[in-house]
Amino acid sequence: MTEPRIDREADLHAAADGRLDKADQARLDAWLSDNPDDAATVHAYRLQNSRLHDRFDAVLDEPIPHHLLNLVEESNQPSPQSGRSDWTRGVQRLAASLVFLIAGGFGGWLLHDHLGPTFSEIPPAAVTGFADNAIGAHSVFVAEVRHPVEVAAADEAHLVAWLSKRLGTKLRAPNMNDMGFSLVGGRLLADRSLPVAQLMYQDADNRRLTLYVRAAAEITNDEAASSQMPVGIQSATTDTAFHFVEHDGISAFYWIEDAFAYALVAPLDRAGLMAAATRVYSELDR
Amino acid sequence: MEGLILEELRKEIADAIPSLRRYARALLGGRGEADDLVHDTLVRAMERLHLFRADSDMRAWLFTILHNQHINAVRHDARRPENVPVEESANAEPAAQDGRLAVRDLDRALALLPDEQRQVVLLIGLEGLSYAEASDVLDVPLGTVMSRLNRGRQQLRGLMEQGPAQSIRRIK
Repeated sequence: MTEPRIDREADLHAAADGRLDKADQARLDAWLSDNPDDAATVHAYRLQNSRLHDRFDAVLDEPIPHHLLNLVEESNQPSPQSGRSDWTRGVQRLAASLVFLIAGGFGGWLLHDHLGPTFSEIPPAAVTGFADNAIGAHSVFVAEVRHPVEVAAADEAHLVAWLSKRLGTKLRAPNMNDMGFSLVGGRLLADRSLPVAQLMYQDADNRRLTLYVRAAAEITNDEAASSQMPVGIQSATTDTAFHFVEHDGISAFYWIEDAFAYALVAPLDRAGLMAAATRVYSELDR
Repeated sequence: MEGLILEELRKEIADAIPSLRRYARALLGGRGEADDLVHDTLVRAMERLHLFRADSDMRAWLFTILHNQHINAVRHDARRPENVPVEESANAEPAAQDGRLAVRDLDRALALLPDEQRQVVLLIGLEGLSYAEASDVLDVPLGTVMSRLNRGRQQLRGLMEQGPAQSIRRIK
């Protein structure tokens, strides 16, 4: 019996993996009966496969962690009625909310019209504690001359991977270069026992801007409990609405998107900060 | 209509999660690390769902994304010192007396394979991908898949038949 086909080794693997058709399998079986070494090899490869299954199939029966399942659930996803990209939708929502802020001030928070249910009411009080903390952290760290950040922008990939891991989401450092702000770096902070990512940017006039990000779920749970939030607040965690607040010349835009709360803080006027927030939002939503 | 398709795709992804977790666990060893990789894979998949072609296989597509995320992570890790969890750096246990490969010995044998061989051995031997699918997932020619599979399995066989070495250390 000659060797079965040209590539004997490949056939031994294919036999172990059950990927030979009937004719090839018969030919190989004949070969193996005369070649015990190859037969032993096929046996060893089959054994490896079954050992792998013995060892790892138990993972299939484990309950899937919620944080993984949540990623593919509808609430995290773009609404199916629209075919637009996330980015387009994000910018559209942002633009609408900014128009709304300009036109309507802070009197009302509900957007109607085509935005429909993706734009639900978020009473400012629900997240003002969050914004206060963001402004506080901004004030503390922008004053630092030598240690404004824990990890510098030179190590951006590490910074982003580290903060993403701690926050449990995929962060990215928005590119603000063409607005004159370059990334200084970032640090990990704590807010109500939750990890917070703070990214810092600086322009040529040494003005510093910080982006403050943490999970939003606890905002609705804890802060809602303490400030008697309306029941509907829970649904707000997946929606976007922009809020503006200013203390002592430092202004902040803050919003909640996909279960995370963001605050952009800078010593800018509202228009300047709005432009920066628009950029951050579109970069994050990319 | 589109909503229904999206819903279907989401379901297909959710159905593939156990398989992704199994592969990641076998590839990386640690549970936390493995689920981090699956997490990154799912985030990426949802971001790129609009690129998924309806005629392609969801599981293979997800494995492709997982592979790319893994490559990125490996590149990243290579640039900084690694903290090895205490239990993983502990000395090897005594050899199993009956000569069979104990669970931890299989883990160690896998850990000793070069990453690219381990990927092929697991995608084909554990996840049941065809050689052509593995070639697509790993973005290497079919011949490369076969040679990696051959070297990986031969080395694994050597490790399994020689029994557990006394001083096998986890290397990455």
